[in-house]
Amino acid sequence: MSTALLQIREVSKTFHSDGGDTVALDQIGLAVNTGEIVSIIGPSGCGKSTLLKIVAGLDIDIEGDVLLEGEPITRPSREKGFIFQEHRLFPWLNVERNIAGNLSLRDPAVRRQVDDLITLVKLQGFEKTYPKQLSGGMAQRVAIARALLRNPKVLLLDEPFGALDAFTRSHMQEALLDIWRENRTTMLFVTHDIDEAVFLSHRIVVLDSRPGRIKSIITNDLTLPRKRTSTAFQELRTVVLRTLEHTEPEKESWEI
Amino acid sequence: MSLTPSDTASNLIEKSGKPVLKTLKNQSSAPALRITQKNRSSKVRKLVLGSVLPVLTLVVWQYASANEIVDATLFPAPTTIVKSFYDLIVTGVLYEHLQISVVRAILGFLLGGSLGLLLGLIVGMFNRAEEVFDPTVQMLRTVPLLAITPLFILWFGFGELSKVLLIALGAFFPLYVNTFLGVRNVDSKLFDVSKVLEFSRIHQITRLVLPAAMPNVLLGLRLSVSVAWLVLVVAELMGADKGVGYMIQDARSFMQTEVVFVGIILFAAVGKLTDSFVRLLERKLLKWQDSYKG
Repeated sequence: MSTALLQIREVSKTFHSDGGDTVALDQIGLAVNTGEIVSIIGPSGCGKSTLLKIVAGLDIDIEGDVLLEGEPITRPSREKGFIFQEHRLFPWLNVERNIAGNLSLRDPAVRRQVDDLITLVKLQGFEKTYPKQLSGGMAQRVAIARALLRNPKVLLLDEPFGALDAFTRSHMQEALLDIWRENRTTMLFVTHDIDEAVFLSHRIVVLDSRPGRIKSIITNDLTLPRKRTSTAFQELRTVVLRTLEHTEPEKESWEI
Repeated sequence: MSLTPSDTASNLIEKSGKPVLKTLKNQSSAPALRITQKNRSSKVRKLVLGSVLPVLTLVVWQYASANEIVDATLFPAPTTIVKSFYDLIVTGVLYEHLQISVVRAILGFLLGGSLGLLLGLIVGMFNRAEEVFDPTVQMLRTVPLLAITPLFILWFGFGELSKVLLIALGAFFPLYVNTFLGVRNVDSKLFDVSKVLEFSRIHQITRLVLPAAMPNVLLGLRLSVSVAWLVLVVAELMGADKGVGYMIQDARSFMQTEVVFVGIILFAAVGKLTDSFVRLLERKLLKWQDSYKG
């Protein structure tokens, strides 16, 4: 009996099409502990988003199995909060009603939790605002609050800040760490941004592409809060970059 | 790079939360006032521009009719029509006809419209239902209503039933087609969200499908209402002993052209009124939409 919260065991995924079969993921094995932030990084097309969809239960046509607290994942549920690359808010609901979703704000317990979460993601004063009036970063924070309201056992984030500008992105990374400091939410974080992975996570999983395999798992011992400009940060960044470069095919050298 | 006020606001708030919002709200009150004043003057301008043609027509018409340039029995003067309108109101005749027409239209519309909405939802939600129902409905849709009218009179007689059913049939299709289209336009990405949040099947319909399909449903509603009104006139002209359509038909046989005009004006007014009501509904229900406003 393992103590890991989330266990991904020998998971393979093959896409079938007319042009033949493509192996997207090959024998992925990974265990995520309670309260841990793990990022998955890799070149585009390495199947990192596919892996996250599998963990979410949105894709169950796989080989191998995924266990959450020892129970196999067979369908999407509130236990696995999912943050998509786009905010995916309901455009016809204002901020607080988007967070509540199918839960009623008239329920005092829900009301209180929604108010707490709005404070946590720093959106006070925007409770009645509609998504069309929100900036990208604000909308994504509403999406995070919406997932947190369901007390997920694990929060799955699929390049959540990929569409944001650099300043907003680093604010959002800090905001996410603030949330983690408050709630110790377990997170599995897909990104293509090395800085983001080093800044946020306890462990960095580097995926190889075609077929998607785990190339290496790098442990990040840097103390929080991490400084992007520190030497240790830059050294770890270089390690990740080197590992990633090995996943790309060698190029011939050329003269300018 | 240029920043609109809202852009800068969100960037600042990104950093520091609430305090920035307060100062911004104070700043924005002055421009808001100016905008309402501007809106008011442009509304007046619109009203004046829009009424130029109708007013001109009325003046020419009155002049031509009063000086017998045109035949007054075929083109009664606007003042004659107004007087006839007044007489019909005072005697209560108009109210009686209008009441029965409105009841017919509402009954028919409610019956056909709700069935169209319901079937549109079901067919939109379930592929199997589409395969069973849609081909038949699409085929029936192409049959002109006027061609069915005699059949309805044979089946259901000249009474209220045939009229209400005919209106229902007319009101059914626009709501069906547009609801179906609206359901199919729901973003599949939001369906994924509803699955992750564990929406029940009922909530998936009431909290996701219906609001997302609402723009199309309201368009269907508008079209349905106007079709119901149209079919009402057809049904009442075909055979009735009461109703605005009957009033027009009756006036025609006695060469009371001014009463015919009263009937037409009445149809136009009620039609416009219901259309405005649906548009009001649109503004209320669709204020979340982020679309081009011209």
